[in-house]
Amino acid sequence: MKTTEEIFEILKNNFAEDVLELVEDLPTEKFIKVNPLAIYKISDFLRTEDGLKFDTLMCLSGVDEADGEKVKDENDNEVINGGNLSVYYHLDSVELKQKVTIKVETPRDNPEVESVENVWKCADWHEREAYDMYGIKFLNHPNLIRILMPYDWDAGYPLRKDYQNPEFYKGMKVPY
Amino acid sequence: MSLKTQEMVLNMGPQHPSTHGVLRLELELEGELILDVKPHIGYLHRCFEKHCEAMTYPQVIPYTDRMDYLAAMYNNFGYAVAVERMLGIEVPERVEYIRVIMGELQRIASHLVAIGTYGIDIGAFTPFLYCFRDREKILNLFEMTCGARLLYNYMWVGGLSHDIHPDFQRLTKEFIDYFKPQVKELNNLLSYNKIFIDRTADVGVLPLDTAINYGITGPNLRASGLKFDIRKDDPYSIYDRFDFDIPIGEGTHGTVGDCWDRYYIRVLEIEQSIRIIEQAIDNIPEGDVQSAIPKRIKPPKGTIYTRVENPKGELGYFIISDGSVNPWRVKVRAPSFVNLTVMGELCKGHLVADVIAILGSIDIVLGEIDR
Repeated sequence: MKTTEEIFEILKNNFAEDVLELVEDLPTEKFIKVNPLAIYKISDFLRTEDGLKFDTLMCLSGVDEADGEKVKDENDNEVINGGNLSVYYHLDSVELKQKVTIKVETPRDNPEVESVENVWKCADWHEREAYDMYGIKFLNHPNLIRILMPYDWDAGYPLRKDYQNPEFYKGMKVPY
Repeated sequence: MSLKTQEMVLNMGPQHPSTHGVLRLELELEGELILDVKPHIGYLHRCFEKHCEAMTYPQVIPYTDRMDYLAAMYNNFGYAVAVERMLGIEVPERVEYIRVIMGELQRIASHLVAIGTYGIDIGAFTPFLYCFRDREKILNLFEMTCGARLLYNYMWVGGLSHDIHPDFQRLTKEFIDYFKPQVKELNNLLSYNKIFIDRTADVGVLPLDTAINYGITGPNLRASGLKFDIRKDDPYSIYDRFDFDIPIGEGTHGTVGDCWDRYYIRVLEIEQSIRIIEQAIDNIPEGDVQSAIPKRIKPPKGTIYTRVENPKGELGYFIISDGSVNPWRVKVRAPSFVNLTVMGELCKGHLVADVIAILGSIDIVLGEIDR
């Protein structure tokens, strides 16, 4: 069983500049920050490398960091400019009984992360959900469409912290 | 020159009795053969995760009830464990014992619904009535404890909403004594029924490597032959004190990981849950179930991912705290959400009638898929 620090060292040796930092000062959980446009090759490495063998993606979650500049728009609603959205990957190795958390951060204006659908099939719907809720674009995803919201929802991404309910949806009043 | 036949697209659902809720399956057919199945979900979307961000930590608990509404106790359990780990608090022994007993009773109740409705899907109506008769007795025990029959709001962060009723231990033991022979009866009625076996054996075989890659968990993963149970492999609460086995699929009537194995695993798990309850019920220590409930729940800044073995699989809560009284983000990794993804893979090459058998064997609850 390897600790997050050991896994960080292994990743650092293999993907020098794409592995950004090890966040360990939080009291609850440690995680490794990596480059969002290198997540595919890192994931593939994590899944196949001897001694790592992270064969299961337990959870993939989009998060709005809301660390940008908060301004008021013309309707006096708060809008966030700049800052980051992020994605957390919680990996588990059934074989070696070890867990690790990977995090990527991507700019809010143009959120792009490589898809890991090809590595863990389980990521398919999770990535669609993150796209649906946060608008994070997963590059090379085979079917990146909304999943929980209606397919033609055009009022933005509901779990972003500055999301505003639209007044009407296809002529129906919201909230009804 | 050969002519290509156009595939037919058939909609199953959203209102269809065998889809266990509002689920739409888009079947791509060539005659009676399934080429692909695309599930469409979201009809029951209630913005659970958005609600959580506006609630304080204890206020989230009633919302968790409404995800997997057939296993509401266990959803409470998972959330309580997650927030307790964030806060770093220990809960009293009495609370842990009661939680395990309630959790396992809930597992039996959830599996009884799975088995009963699976029988209906296949065309056997009687087992359903038998299962619901017994589930009713478990719901009575829950009602006696916390007043609710379906959505309990029972396990709070650090404790429980009510102590158990003075008669609870006696009645639970009576229930166990009554229920043990019923499992055998259920087996004779449904599990070893020739028609049922013909309908489910060798149908929808899920190979182990596919199951792991798709992130399948719970009874469905164990039916494919992997001894993996979070209660043993990543222990939480006091499950490490009890003696129980992890049943796995053996391909008794067909191939390992077929519908019959997925069904039968649930019967075997009911027996293991009974074992856990028997070990716990007489050993509940004295104490106050509310003594450890914090006055003010304000976890430190940070993230946590906690998983528990829900009756349907791995139920994970990913919580981010920004140090305030409201969670910054609550993401639920719902077992049915992930288990449903494998539908397309399982159905390929089968007949339309088998789609019902396969969907029923996965045992989904749309409440937690759509959240």
